[in-house]
Amino acid sequence: MSGHDTHNDHGHGHDSHYHDAHDHGSLKTYAIGFILSVILTAIPFWLVMNKTITNTGTMGLVLLAFAAVQVVVHMVYFLHMNAKSEGGWNMMALIFTIMIVVIAMAGSLWVMYHMNTNMMPSMMPEMNMQSAS
Amino acid sequence: MSETIVHNTGAPGAEERRSYFVREHHPENGSMLGFWLYLMSDCLIFACLFATYAVLGRNYADGPTGAALFDLPLVALNTAMLLLSSITYGFAMLAMQRKQLGSTLLWLGITGVFGVAFLSLEMYEFLHLIHEGAGPQRSAFLSSFFALVGTHGLHVLFGVIWLVTLMFQLKKHGLTPENGRRMMCLSLFWHFLDVIWIGVFTFVYLMGVLP
Amino acid sequence: MLDHIDLTKLIFGRLTWDAIPFHEPILLATFAGVALGGIALVAALTYFRVWGTLWRDWITSIDHKKIGIMYMILGLIMLLRGFADALMMRTQQAIAFGDNAGFLPPHHYDQVFTAHGVIMIFFVAMPFVTGLMNYVVPLQIGARDVAFPFLNNFSFWMTTMGAVLVMASLFVGEFARTGWLAYPPLSGIAGSPDVGVDYYIWSLQIAGVGTLLSGVNLIATIVKMRAPGMTWMRMPIFTWTSLCTNILIVAAFPVLTAVLAMLALDRTAGFNFFTTELGGNAMMYVNLIWIWGHPEVYILILPLFGVFSEVVATFCSKRLFGYASMVYATCVIMILSYLVWLHHFFTMGSGASVNSFFGITTMIISIPTGAKIFNWLFTMYRGRIRFELPMLWTIGFMVTFTIGGMTGVLLAVPPADFVLHNSLFLIAHFHNVIIGGVVFGVFAAINYWFPKAFGYKLDTFWGKCSFWFWFVGFYLAFMPLYVLGLMGVTRRLNHFEDPSLQVWTIIAWFGAVSIALGIGSMLIQFYVSFRNRAALRDVTGDPWGGRTLEWATSSPPPDYNFAFTPQVHELDAWTDMKKHGYERPTSGFTKIHMPKNTWAGFVIAALSAVVGFGLIWQMWLLAGAGFLVMLVTIIVHTFNYKRDYYISAEEVVRTENAYTKLLSSHV
Repeated sequence: MSGHDTHNDHGHGHDSHYHDAHDHGSLKTYAIGFILSVILTAIPFWLVMNKTITNTGTMGLVLLAFAAVQVVVHMVYFLHMNAKSEGGWNMMALIFTIMIVVIAMAGSLWVMYHMNTNMMPSMMPEMNMQSAS
Repeated sequence: MSETIVHNTGAPGAEERRSYFVREHHPENGSMLGFWLYLMSDCLIFACLFATYAVLGRNYADGPTGAALFDLPLVALNTAMLLLSSITYGFAMLAMQRKQLGSTLLWLGITGVFGVAFLSLEMYEFLHLIHEGAGPQRSAFLSSFFALVGTHGLHVLFGVIWLVTLMFQLKKHGLTPENGRRMMCLSLFWHFLDVIWIGVFTFVYLMGVLP
Repeated sequence: MLDHIDLTKLIFGRLTWDAIPFHEPILLATFAGVALGGIALVAALTYFRVWGTLWRDWITSIDHKKIGIMYMILGLIMLLRGFADALMMRTQQAIAFGDNAGFLPPHHYDQVFTAHGVIMIFFVAMPFVTGLMNYVVPLQIGARDVAFPFLNNFSFWMTTMGAVLVMASLFVGEFARTGWLAYPPLSGIAGSPDVGVDYYIWSLQIAGVGTLLSGVNLIATIVKMRAPGMTWMRMPIFTWTSLCTNILIVAAFPVLTAVLAMLALDRTAGFNFFTTELGGNAMMYVNLIWIWGHPEVYILILPLFGVFSEVVATFCSKRLFGYASMVYATCVIMILSYLVWLHHFFTMGSGASVNSFFGITTMIISIPTGAKIFNWLFTMYRGRIRFELPMLWTIGFMVTFTIGGMTGVLLAVPPADFVLHNSLFLIAHFHNVIIGGVVFGVFAAINYWFPKAFGYKLDTFWGKCSFWFWFVGFYLAFMPLYVLGLMGVTRRLNHFEDPSLQVWTIIAWFGAVSIALGIGSMLIQFYVSFRNRAALRDVTGDPWGGRTLEWATSSPPPDYNFAFTPQVHELDAWTDMKKHGYERPTSGFTKIHMPKNTWAGFVIAALSAVVGFGLIWQMWLLAGAGFLVMLVTIIVHTFNYKRDYYISAEEVVRTENAYTKLLSSHV
């Protein structure tokens, strides 16, 4: 870790650095986050285990939506994510990462779908043999 | 943060009196940002594993499918372990802010127990799958399953080792600013692993049993 | 149960005496040379009694300046190895026609081109670029070190240990024969059952960890440690390009880590990610590795674009034209570099719609680079140009890189790429941009910042020799390859049937020889400069009339860089200070807080190399035990809370007074 951390011991009168601009949460925020997470976990499990939605595509989207919301809940209530921590750099790093993740995942899926269709016909029994243009 | 002292300025007769140096400069500590950046890179490793699972996840090679293999109640239990460990870590952080070393150590210990419970359940699941002939060598689907879930599990294992180490260091040095920083980094790590798990149980397990 | 455990296998894994290439004369000769050189080095170090200094001042140093210099030395040493591979290939291709099989059978030739690529990218270009950023960025932003000095030391040793593993493959076992990206199924366990690909995987994984942590380090440094008053748009342009480069590193290297891990699992544990059966898909490897691979080449070039910006502004005595547009162009390149990766495998079969998308994005990404070239030209226009060595290399870059960029745009057209993919045209293109861009840029940077690092300039005569040998040599070596590529010649061939092609490979050989002379001239340049260092001394700390803060320190700077942190008011802070008649403070110095040296980085990295070696040779006991020791060492290190110390005020006073005296003697 960085070696710049012992200034507090020299009585400069300013607060120790790790208190700067770091939201630490409270019992209330952790409790809210926990309860929301439980709900957002229980519902998807219930939906799948009881086979409530038969269309795979729709079910998939519903599950992903619940996951996305729960990720945001975790970010806000547990990771104390806000636009101000570390001068906005945490948020910017997160947004950039999400962007790259989306590009890598969507891009890979798009590319590999086309590759598989054109180059691996034996693996795609339901696909018609017409190449994806 | 820094004190600017008007000192040594321009040439005689210069229009503005500018100072070109600072006597005492304390750069901000970069640990939290640095650790967050590392977590983002870790996020990308998982993204690659997720992408691989997305592409190869239906390549059963005439072997067992997710629907046949996944024990959803067990996964739900595991999810609960991890979620509980997240909140107990939160309680540890709150105790630290109240400067209560004993309480901090207690909640950290409980977090560790939940973490070990998670790992044990996962090990049990893996061994069971392997015993059934559904090990990672069986198909691309299973390879990507074991790689993704296993990598998450390895991260939890390292988190538990870090947690135990930190408990020793807290006992030794107390709630110092440096230890506070380490607690915050581990907090980020621990919650981040729970976030990844949301992706895992949704994408791998829940969607994996769908036809 | 115990009698089933073969003790030899447990301890030695696959390692047997057969691994040592007793029957390969080239390797034996190389080994003899390396051994003799090594013994001579050890003897010299012992004779001059510098082991202690080496350990205290260099190996355990967390000073970004020392680490930067060590990266450059690593890069130079590996350049010699990588270039030896190049010479061997050029020679083989110049003579192996018809009945002449040359001196490199396919088994050996394939390792040579694989090693050449891996070494040049990972152990020459990356260390050079990382070394430059490490040395210069803290100085340019007015800081005393990087954000995480210990991590910096660790990163360097991880990179070095990766290089050590690659070099070890020369003498123990063999290297991969798959090309520098090791595509499966050839790189899978069925296609390459020997240790070569395992050496490849583990050396890159180890070096990759070092690079990733370096990326995190430099981003945090630039975000958090800029001098007061240095807003984003007052940052030196080299620091900007370094920031974008390190963002690319953090965003790209995890992908490489994940892909190589999957390949390792396939090879060692029988997983089926990229196999040809049981559902594996080798195309996914190609897809993922290039998601890393394309940002990687921008990681290599962006810092050098920053170097050229600094050099052009300095040696034209003019502020950089269009600073803001340069910053935006760099950021645009950074983001766009994630949207072009498929152009490396147009021919793999994704079809017209996918290919068109990536072809268009590839063409778009050339635009911001073009904007940069115009900005450099506009900076030169009506400037007072001084053709010092850094400027020579820069002009060489501008001409050469532009040509390479244009052939890149040609390759971006998918139908054209269907003809030219994996031909010598492609080889010529990427060497054009890498040599013209990265290599020329590194040499410009070395000549530019050498006086700052060592206190004396580099000899001009031998520098010019080096430049001209390199410049002429590059064109001789690679223009014929464009011709051959257009005629349809494939890459990675160790033998040809058509004798009409030989004239071109012979011309290319002369190019390689010229480059060899260029490298030789540079080594002579270092030696001659060292011998004449008194005459070449840089007394003021600002030998070129620089514009940025690194030139505000002595040459070399003191350990703490700045006795007082600078206060910045404008872009080109040093020029601003000089314009306003800044006078260096000569009193009032106080003690300075600095990080301590550490043994932990070197030891942990060395242990990781041991673990890597164990994994490669399937010496599970060694790998497992090594890993445990590594873990324990890391934990022990975290128990060290006393990681800093103070440079006393008296020492600062002494250092600063010595510099004051030196400055007054110069006038």
